Amino acid sequence: MIAAFDNFPALLIWLPLIGGIISFFIKDERNVKIWSLFSSVLTLALMGITFLYIDQKYYLLNEVKYFWLVDIGSSFGFSLDGISRMLCLLNAIVFPLIFISTWNTRYSSSNSFHGLMLLAQCGMMGVFMATDALVFYFFWELALIPTYFLASQWGGEKRIQAAFKFFIYTFAGSLLLLVGILYVYLKTPDQSFSLMSFYKLNLSAGEQNWLFWLFFVAFAIKMPIFPFHTWQPDVYEQSQPAVTMVLSAVMVKMGIFAVIRWLVPVFPAAVRNFDTIIIGLSVAGMIYASCIAIVQDDIKRLIAWSSIAHIGLMCAAIFTLNDAAFSGVIVQMFNHGINILGLWIVAGLLEQQLGVRKISQLGGIAQKAPVLTIMLVIVALANTALPLTNAFVGEFLMFSGLFRFNAWVAAFAGLSIILAAIYTLNMIKNVFYGGLSPLSEQVKEITMNQRIVLAVIVVLIFMVGVYPAPMFEMIKASTETLLARIAAKN
Amino acid sequence: MMPVNYYLFLSLTLFCIGIVGVLTRRNAIIIFMCIELMLNAVNILLVAFSKMQHLAAVAANPASAAGTEAQLFVFFIMVVAAAEVTVGLAIIVMMYRNIHSVDINFLNRLKH
Amino acid sequence: MSKLIYLVPLFPLLGFLLNGLGRKYLSKTVVSVVGSGVILASFIVSLLIFLEVKEPGFTPQIISLFDFIHVAKLNIAFAFQVDQLSSLFLLIITGVGFLIHLYSSAYMKDETEPHFARYFAYLNLFVFSMLLLVLGANYVIMFIGWEGVGLCSYLLIGYWFKNDEYNKAAKKAFVMNRIGDLGFLLGIFWMISQFGSTDFSTVFAGAAETPVKILTGITLLLFIGAMGKSAQIPLYTWLPDAMAGPTPVSALIHAATMVTAGIYMVARSNIMYTLSPVTQTIVAITGLATALFAATIALKQNDIKKVLAYSTVSQLGYMFLALGVGAYTGAVFHVMTHAFFKALLFLGAGSVIHAMHHEQDIRNMGGLKKYLPITHITFLLGCLAIAGIPPLSGFFSKDEILTASFLKSPAYYILGVLGALMTAFYMFRLYAMTFLGKFRGTHDQEHHLHESPAAITIPLIVLAILSVAGGWIGIPDVLMKGGHRLEHFLAPVFAASTALKTEAHELSHTMEYLMMFGVAAIILVVIGLAWNRFSRYEKTSAQETGIGKVLENKWYVDELYDAVISKPLLWLSAFLKNFDKIFIDGIVNGAGKLVQYSSRQLRLVQSGQVGSYILIMVTATILLFIIQFFWKS
Repeated sequence: MIAAFDNFPALLIWLPLIGGIISFFIKDERNVKIWSLFSSVLTLALMGITFLYIDQKYYLLNEVKYFWLVDIGSSFGFSLDGISRMLCLLNAIVFPLIFISTWNTRYSSSNSFHGLMLLAQCGMMGVFMATDALVFYFFWELALIPTYFLASQWGGEKRIQAAFKFFIYTFAGSLLLLVGILYVYLKTPDQSFSLMSFYKLNLSAGEQNWLFWLFFVAFAIKMPIFPFHTWQPDVYEQSQPAVTMVLSAVMVKMGIFAVIRWLVPVFPAAVRNFDTIIIGLSVAGMIYASCIAIVQDDIKRLIAWSSIAHIGLMCAAIFTLNDAAFSGVIVQMFNHGINILGLWIVAGLLEQQLGVRKISQLGGIAQKAPVLTIMLVIVALANTALPLTNAFVGEFLMFSGLFRFNAWVAAFAGLSIILAAIYTLNMIKNVFYGGLSPLSEQVKEITMNQRIVLAVIVVLIFMVGVYPAPMFEMIKASTETLLARIAAKN
Repeated sequence: MMPVNYYLFLSLTLFCIGIVGVLTRRNAIIIFMCIELMLNAVNILLVAFSKMQHLAAVAANPASAAGTEAQLFVFFIMVVAAAEVTVGLAIIVMMYRNIHSVDINFLNRLKH
Repeated sequence: MSKLIYLVPLFPLLGFLLNGLGRKYLSKTVVSVVGSGVILASFIVSLLIFLEVKEPGFTPQIISLFDFIHVAKLNIAFAFQVDQLSSLFLLIITGVGFLIHLYSSAYMKDETEPHFARYFAYLNLFVFSMLLLVLGANYVIMFIGWEGVGLCSYLLIGYWFKNDEYNKAAKKAFVMNRIGDLGFLLGIFWMISQFGSTDFSTVFAGAAETPVKILTGITLLLFIGAMGKSAQIPLYTWLPDAMAGPTPVSALIHAATMVTAGIYMVARSNIMYTLSPVTQTIVAITGLATALFAATIALKQNDIKKVLAYSTVSQLGYMFLALGVGAYTGAVFHVMTHAFFKALLFLGAGSVIHAMHHEQDIRNMGGLKKYLPITHITFLLGCLAIAGIPPLSGFFSKDEILTASFLKSPAYYILGVLGALMTAFYMFRLYAMTFLGKFRGTHDQEHHLHESPAAITIPLIVLAILSVAGGWIGIPDVLMKGGHRLEHFLAPVFAASTALKTEAHELSHTMEYLMMFGVAAIILVVIGLAWNRFSRYEKTSAQETGIGKVLENKWYVDELYDAVISKPLLWLSAFLKNFDKIFIDGIVNGAGKLVQYSSRQLRLVQSGQVGSYILIMVTATILLFIIQFFWKS
């Protein structure tokens, strides 16, 4: 079965899985931290190596299919194409950064915490690479379950309630997805779960229309877009910073990724049918979330709402089916992950040092912690898509795609650019600038580990922002194939 | 020969008495007796129909044994009912030992 | 030489990195040498490039550095364009920019070292962004610089970040700019879907075959961007507030960089504007309205920097008027002369503020003539230049704009002259209240009055010379044979627009003389009035009433925006927040609650009463029988 280690997908899944399982058995807190960091760095190194073998002639290393449930037409299939590579890279980069930045956080049972974190990483790797619907579903759930425990066992007072809501909500979506997958499976001529069979299948318009919603609701909950978003601010607010980072930096990308890989090419007619509804929903959600972010007093909720707004744009851009917008979305998934990670690090740090998240109680931190302020301002402005930072490239392409779809929609969505400036600058102004509030007196400058992480993030922001060409090069082939496939199906 | 209707009415009456008894009484023993009553109402019905069937079959073919199986059933039911009575009475005895009463309204612990 | 164009923005970028990263380790001297030196280096390179561009027969060069975005059919290169227009702007930006840097090294010397370095880092970044803006060979690179200057203005206006008022002003500047930027962005998107490219060459070449409707749309959207950046009605309110930053920053924002971006962009896209007359009219009217509106406000302001700020808004209005009537050269000419005298005025104001120990209210000044001789002379020259007294620079540029607007419509001309009169009036009100009469400040302030150091006065002197002589490159033909040299220099950039110009009729020479010197004469009278009235100004406690009060409060526009935009936005946000909590989340939680509630109700059925179980059983059985019985059909 899948016990061979001669290819990248298998290794990328096995490494965090084994690392996670071993973590459970390490008693000492320090050792478990070292181990999990080591394990995640190893994954990152492996991810780095995969870039040496992108060429088509190494396809045996990047695409695999193991026998699994042969009788029902499912096999353990994975492939590491451009789009997967982008997200796996994000997944691999984010985890070491999380472990380093939260090095000083103490957890009640550290071994389970780190073990679950690595299991979640394993699950997400699987989601990003699966080429078989059943395997995809398997990993989709595998990513959810550790996250549920992470969110419910560690965090704020209302964590159980929040995590429960999150779980029920996503799980309800997952069940719809499962029903959808099974229906499509039964329709395939060769009774197969493989992605290719799904792609080749020509469903009638009527079937597509309702299957589309089964799939889409599951993915929309995960993203989340308006109006399926209500689990997010609660969970982000209540969870440990590390968990929040995993959720917002990587896990929400699962939803968007799934739309790109499993929804749009399988039901192209339905996508055309409902594009106006989805784009309208996403764009309305963008403005809605941005507005709410303006009046948030809780720094974590503010970031959560800003994330909802940005995700809305990505979702809208996918449904324009515009080639530039598509590339923009894929690159933006990576960039958004990096930026939001930086924001969470700062938010988590403030909460850890001061014990509050209320913006109104903070103020003047720039006087106490200039380096922290500089880093935050860069990350926050990158989050508002300032040119020469990473997010600009993606948002530019997405908006241009949206503009082609409909100029008025783009103009309306563009308001979120202004709103983003308002809430970001409000936050900077009230938390970092101005007079020193009594509470902020105790702020200390960031420690070395956080400085390293934020520096890495800032470097990534500018690297991608100034010279994004390699990223586009990486996803070019697979994006073109995908779009050609959609075009051919009509 | 009595028409089969009489048996039916008797059986129905007994059965209804049984049901009403089960529904209205709280004493476990009386309920138990009512259950027996219902059981026996069914027995009467079985015997009556069996007899009716058999007479009809004999009229057509004197050598026929059709319809007699039901009477065998009745014996089985009586045996099983006897076994059931022992178990049931044992439960009631245990119940009395535990709660010093045979009132079934005290048996509501499943509620919680 | 133009191959080395990348050096021009590279130097300030290096300066930014050096000062920014080494802010804790570098001494103030090193910081100021690095900060000013990089700009000087850029200036030298720009000068060399300018000399090359000046040669006849120079063709615009596009130097592509790398592919910025290359997706599907869309290819946006990180490319620079060297031509007459960009090289002229390079000179203005780096030249005036350098003087401002030099000035800052003395003006900001009271700051502690890290903050001093931070200041210079921001300043360098500002110049870098502005250079990107004018050098970009396509609209996206221009947009990068465009947002970059917005960011830097935000950072510099909020430089003293402990003060919440300043932070608010900084935020306002950024948000207002972003509103404009959105328009610009949408314009770019439209361009992409229309031309498939954002390169100037492709877009301008395709403009002629494009339907006027689309061009009007694109140009209007771009103009919204220009409104934000160049502070035109209705997006002008950030600029007067932007004086919260250190004074040299105001000089940089108002004179050499940032606000001229909008003018540059329209001048760069001149062919598209020429092809869409509707937009041109809108541009002209907006410009004229802004020119007059801001001038009325400036009449009653008492803060030395506020008067200058509103005068900037007003002068920018003139530039847009010029763009609107198709006098692109006039607009660029005025950008240049305005850069000289406005930088001079702001730096002079800085010198006054410096001497007065951060006093900015001109009611508390007066009689500074004898304490600050150099500042006084240079400031006076600046005032004369902006008022348009021949033969100072402002006269020629303003005259060119007014003449061009007369050719378009006499109404433009009359209103333009009215604005020019107001300009002369408020500038000399400012001058007289500051430098003439007797000193009205405290004794303590009087005691400390002193002329500023050389690093401050040298830029003032250089700028004063430029303010006087800068206009001579655009002397009209009537006054000098072989005049209009600037127009000839810029001719290749505006060639396509000039070719389309329909009204060929020229003014007679007498008419031109009359307009030129007639206006100058009236201006002189107005100056005399202001001089006479305000040199004898006495402090009064009387409040302004009527229209004066409205003007002093800037027509209550800030209050209006607050009531019409900010408040409703906050109200809407608060409403949505509650809506989300109560309605959307209510539905979600409601679904959960419904399940819980119905389970709780269902549980009651399990009463534990054996009797009731049996009753249900019996009823159910009977029901089944009944159903069975009637289940015929």
